[in-house]
Amino acid sequence: MEQLIRKIKGMVSLKAYIKQRDDLHFITVKKEQLELILSHLKNNEGFTHLAFLQAVDFIEDGKFQLTYMLCNYETNVNLGVLVLIDRDKAEMNSIHSLWAHAWQYQRELFELYGIDFPGSPRVHESFVLEGWDEIPPMRRDFDTLEYSDQTFYQRPGRSTNDPAEYMKEKMYKNYAASPMIRRDNE
Amino acid sequence: MNKKHMDEIENQMKLANAGIPEKERDLFADARPVKVDPFNKYYEGFLNWARSRSLWMLAFGTGCGAIELRPLMTSRYDMSRYGIAPRPTPRQASVFIIGGYSSIKTIKRIVRSYEQMQGPKYVIALGSCTINGGMYYDSYNTINRLDYYIPVDVYIAGCMPRPEALIAGFNRLKEKIRAGECEGMNEYTEKFDWYKSNQKQIIKDWNMPDYNW
Repeated sequence: MEQLIRKIKGMVSLKAYIKQRDDLHFITVKKEQLELILSHLKNNEGFTHLAFLQAVDFIEDGKFQLTYMLCNYETNVNLGVLVLIDRDKAEMNSIHSLWAHAWQYQRELFELYGIDFPGSPRVHESFVLEGWDEIPPMRRDFDTLEYSDQTFYQRPGRSTNDPAEYMKEKMYKNYAASPMIRRDNE
Repeated sequence: MNKKHMDEIENQMKLANAGIPEKERDLFADARPVKVDPFNKYYEGFLNWARSRSLWMLAFGTGCGAIELRPLMTSRYDMSRYGIAPRPTPRQASVFIIGGYSSIKTIKRIVRSYEQMQGPKYVIALGSCTINGGMYYDSYNTINRLDYYIPVDVYIAGCMPRPEALIAGFNRLKEKIRAGECEGMNEYTEKFDWYKSNQKQIIKDWNMPDYNW
């Protein structure tokens, strides 16, 4: 794997590299160089499978982080290729020419995060949310509780308990006196 | 009252079907659903007894709760002992089981399937999500109260309720049918405009007829 990372460093400018496990690595690359590195990994390094494509909303930095998770079936190594894109002008190059099934992920990302992928097939069709007219719901500035309160009808009488407090009150009332409960310090 | 006036009232009673394109509007019925009055006491009692003993369930798994229907159908809990059989299409079914949460996309299909079912029809709401939203009470995409969109006869609480609870729910439904209390279909007819306005408030791309005959 070190060899591969060295090779990638020679090809593109690597912003960051994290080794999480022996079989799980993450590299961060520039937005423009993503297609180059992905096609190299797919065609020459055996990372033939795109497991998923997902986004993380870093609202504090004003960025979206896209994760392209690749898998090598020969060596059983997973490699995540990370890209940071601007949150205000969320747009990314489509990779449906590399992996045909990527169009479905990109369609989902457009609907749930508002990240556009120009040229991707059917990317502007509605996927899960039919007729949605708010800001994309998985963006962190969307208040889902407020939206739910306004849109759906609440049934009165709903209450919540803190699980730890509730257990203490209901089940372990005589905790100290109970011989049945094994205590760790004894 | 002259004939012209009668026609005007009749036109006002017709459904607008504004969701479908104008050139296709002729293809769909624009009549409202009609209330079906019960027969005389003894005949209706006999019919209800018969109905409670052959419940045909719509096999439309609308949420995670549908997973409880598989053990119920198959040999372990074997719902055919209770005279319940699954049917593949709404036209042949009389019981609709809403399996837990329903997203807005699903509620559109639920409304459509419910309206296509032939009367008398009953609804069992399975799981906490149908009662008050359950663990998805703050979700942007799942409804909180099912009874604002279609009439519900029996609720089964739990997350998830076991198949035994489902059988108990079916038995409760049978009791209610025999007592003649399951008038959900007529309730839907009477409060049709209220149900429709609730449905249209959340289903924003309404591209089907106002009532799916």
